Order: sequence, then structure tokens, then C-alpha cells
Amino acid sequence: MTQLDGIVKPKTRRSKRFMESRAPKLTEDVKRAMIMKGGNTSQIVTEALKDIEFFSKKTDCSLFLFGSHNKKRPNNLIFGRMFDFHVLDMIELGIEKYVSLSEIKNSKCPEGTKPMLVFAGEAFDTDNEYKRLKSLLIDFFRGPNVSAVRLAGLEHVLHFTALEGKVYLRSYRCLLKKSGCRTPRIELEEIGPSFDLVMRRTHLASDDLYKLAHKQPKALKPKKKKNISHDAFGTTFGRVHMQKQDLSKLQTRKMKGLRKRKGDVVAEGDGQEPKVAKVEK
Amino acid sequence: MAACSVEELLAKAEQEEAEKLRSITVHKELDLDFDVGSLLACDKNRIESRDFRGQKKEDFLRALARDNTQLLINEIWKLQTERVEEAIVAKLPEPSTRLPREKAPLKPRPPTKWEQFAKLKGIQKKKKTNLVWDDTAKEWRRRWGYKRAKDNTKEWLIEVPETADSNEDQFSKRTRAKKERVAKNELNRLRNIARAQKVKSPGVGLLPKAQQSRDELAQAVSVARTSTASAGRFQDRLAKEKAPRNSGKRRKFEPLIGDFSSERQKQLELLKVLDSRRPKLDITKAVNAQMRQEDREEAAAKHGRKGGKGRAGRGGKMAGRRGKRGKAEGGRGGGKKRD
Repeated sequence: MTQLDGIVKPKTRRSKRFMESRAPKLTEDVKRAMIMKGGNTSQIVTEALKDIEFFSKKTDCSLFLFGSHNKKRPNNLIFGRMFDFHVLDMIELGIEKYVSLSEIKNSKCPEGTKPMLVFAGEAFDTDNEYKRLKSLLIDFFRGPNVSAVRLAGLEHVLHFTALEGKVYLRSYRCLLKKSGCRTPRIELEEIGPSFDLVMRRTHLASDDLYKLAHKQPKALKPKKKKNISHDAFGTTFGRVHMQKQDLSKLQTRKMKGLRKRKGDVVAEGDGQEPKVAKVEK
Repeated sequence: MAACSVEELLAKAEQEEAEKLRSITVHKELDLDFDVGSLLACDKNRIESRDFRGQKKEDFLRALARDNTQLLINEIWKLQTERVEEAIVAKLPEPSTRLPREKAPLKPRPPTKWEQFAKLKGIQKKKKTNLVWDDTAKEWRRRWGYKRAKDNTKEWLIEVPETADSNEDQFSKRTRAKKERVAKNELNRLRNIARAQKVKSPGVGLLPKAQQSRDELAQAVSVARTSTASAGRFQDRLAKEKAPRNSGKRRKFEPLIGDFSSERQKQLELLKVLDSRRPKLDITKAVNAQMRQEDREEAAAKHGRKGGKGRAGRGGKMAGRRGKRGKAEGGRGGGKKRD
């Protein structure tokens, strides 16, 4: 076959399928995260970031979490995400206090439960950096996109509180208690891990790149339905197109005197109804 | 007496109801933002730091989390539920929180060279049936590909044309021609992909052809001449051979100090061009642009007329014809004026 430089053509079916799985899609897959452990020199941190970009292309992960520790910034966690194989946002969080999952001794949640995420605190709504952090954390912890949940399976709560320049991450198990009505009463039990985090350096995407990353493809946007209008009260109006009615066949009240006889010519009525009528749906 | 008891009963019932609800109601100054689709709640209320310091930290956080979770659960329990395999399942709406995409949204494929040309000329795609009747095989066969109808490479007898060399194998000639057409098409396909991806693709050089024109022959000669280890540097010309045209230019630099008169001439010419305000007209380019414009207009007119015909039937067709005659007349009128 003819070859042309610069164009890589998959040689087998399998590699073609693989290339397609990596190509941009209309509805995207669940984002995957990559978690990395860093050394303790600063040069490694910078090199690691290069590695992250490389590996994200290899493994198709668009979220990353990088842990490092040095004297200037002890116990460092870098949360980040990529757009189109480039770093979009990166936020550095320092761990001030940490209680691990195994330290708290009680029953845990099964793996893979979709957590409920709760954000509390003014900062998540007002401060730009905290807004991005919120978006990033949702991206990290939201799990797969589901269409339905089992009500009894809602048992994991991740609670993020922004207070006095710190972010408190707490993880609870949710116990559903009887309340006397349909909706249960909630009791929470801490299961760990819990973090007290401080925001350190941030590397946020510029507003236009951020906007570009949010851009929805046209095919996903809901299509506007034609010929349907709404009035001020939210009533839907549609238009019904009708055939010309044959009034000669209209069934009226049955009376002996009005009965049709054979050979009787029915006079055509001119006063037809207008063809199109506005009808409330 | 009876009325009083009814009121009493109602009040009692209301109280009971309130008692029941109290365990699940939470009072907040500002309502929470919910995104039930992704099981998310955002509490925008201000947290009093005094309370935080006063109470035990963990207890305060847990109380806050409990209240917020209760509100989220209340919201989730309002959703429509159904029973699936002995479990009660709530249907979640689409998530309303917009998160950035992982990869850039899909872009439409840029048009191929043929599509560009077809648009320019107003050529429209026609739907062809996949199967056609093959008279020799007496059955329906594919129009293209393997076991196609009227496959001229599969004939068992071919008439040798009078002009052809009698020793030439006509069968292999046809297969070769077909193979070349296929290869050319594949190459064009790849070039289209390269153009779409904005990859620089090398020039193809010379494509095989039945009849080569004079220019193409000249190009073939020049390609052959430069295809040596020294890129044609030591290749001699034939006695009456002309220098190849359009063979590309090699950049040459003038010496830094040398011919002053020619340099002065150049500078003066440049100044002259700069001085004359009127832009220089490239006639070939202008004529090409004009022709292309006309083509495009004609195609658009044809397109529009066709669309009209589809809707209005005969009326549209006639209107189109009228328009054409009007144009011709206009042209003649212009001629008269010039006289």
C-alpha cells in the first residue's frame, strides 16, 4: 500500500480500536486518576510533572495526584487535571493533620460506593481559587456518572469545609435511622481518612482556556423543539394541523325525519372551520 | 362542641406531623445548592468561627456535616423511585455541575480536495444503489469491489485494438491500469488526511499516466537528473537541451562590497515601487479569481434553483429558466452600450 510520511496508520484491527478509544469522543469516559509518589528533592518535582504529562498520554489518565515532602513544603499533595493532554489546573495542598483509614476502628464502606459530596463554607462560593479547588475535588471524587442509585446504598459522605484558610476533609459513614415519615433521619459516623489541608501554591488555567475546556459539543446540546411555544404562565402551546373536515359525514342526533335516503344529494357547506387551530396541549 | 373537637383534632394531627418532621428538618439561613445528579450539595452559609473554636472541633464538623447531609438526603428521597431486584432505586437527573472536558470536543472533518471542487462547481452527491444487474452473469451484483458487476478485469476474451501492439498482453494491461487507479486513490486519500491534520506531506513527484504531456516529460527529466548522489551537480546537458523551467530557485547572496551601480539600481527600483501608490495588478491572479467567483455564483444559482424545484414543483423550474434568459439579455444590452 502507499505510504505517506507523517500519517500513522493502524496496522491491525486491534490497534485501530485502541486509537479510537483514545481519540476525543462526544460523551466522554469517566476520567481516570493517576497517583504518584514523589521523592524529596525539588528537581524531581519538576521532572515529575514532565513525567505526568508523558504518562497521562500513555495511560489516558486526565487526573493526577502527586505527593511529595520537603523541608520548605512538608507533606505536600498536588491535585491536578489535564485537558487535551496539557495541565489545566494544579493546586498544592499541605497536610497539617492526618488520621488514616485504619486508625479509626469501625466498620467501613464497601469499595466503589459513589460518595455524596458536601461542600460547606463561604469561600467555596466567593474565592476564585477555592471555586477551582471545589471543581477539581468534584472531578476527583465524584466517581462514575450514574443514572440511578440504590437508596440504601447511599452511605458514604465526603464533607469539605473551608474555614479560616483551611480545608477540612472528613469522610463519614451515613446511617439511615427511622424518622416516622418516609425520609430517614441521618446519623453520621466518622470512618476516616480525615485531613486538615492548607492551600499552598496554585497553577490555574487562564479563563479562556478554562472556558474552552467547558465547551460542550454541539451534538450534546439539547435540540430546540420546533413549533412549541410557552406563555407567561408556563403553559405549552402547540399547533395541530388538521385535514379538511367532511361535514357531510358528521354524526348528528339520530332522528327519523333526518335519516339519509338513497339518491339524496347532500348540499356542501361553505362555512368550513379554519384549517389550523391553536390548541393547548 | 363537635366543631371544636374537629379543630382540636386537626391541631393535634398537625403537631404530630411537625414532631415527625422535626427530626429530619434542618434550618439554614441560605438554602443549599443541590446537584442531585452527581450527589452534590453546596452550603453557602457563613460558618461562625466562634462556634468552631468553642465546641470541640470534630463534633462541630460532624454536626455541620450531618445537617448538610440530611438536607441532601431529603432532596434525594423526593426523587422518583422504582423497584429493581428487591432494591429501591432512585432515578437521578442529569448532573447540572459543569466540569471541564477531558479532551477537546470533536471538530468536523475539513472537506477533501474533491469536496472543495464539487462545492465550487455545484456538483451534488447522487445516491447510487449498491446492487446492479449484471447481464452476463444474470444476477444482481455489487457495484464496486470484489465480485462486482461488469468487472472488466475478469473478462475471458478481449478484442485487441487495431492500433495496439499485437504482442501486448491486453489482460495484464487492464489489471495494471486498475491497480494504478487504486494506488492513486489511496495516495489521494492519505493526502487528504495529511491536509486535515495539517501535516506537511511531500510532493508526489510524477504520477503514472497513459499519456505524458510535454511539461510532464520535462519534469521527469529534471527529476531524473537531480536524483544522483550529488543532486545533479555534475550532470551534463545535452547539446541542444534547454535549461529546465520551474525547477526551483537556489538562494544566492550578493557580495557585501562590489557592484555599486547595480545595487543603486535595485534600491531605486524598490523606491519607485514604494512611491507609486497604485497597487501592482497581477493579471493572471485577478483573472483566476474572477473566473472562480463566477463559477461559485453559477453553482450557487444552480443549487438554489434545484432547491426551489423540489418544493414548488414546476413553478420553480420555470422561474429559473426565466432568470437565465434575463441574464443573457443583460449581457447583450451591455454590448450595445459600448457601441
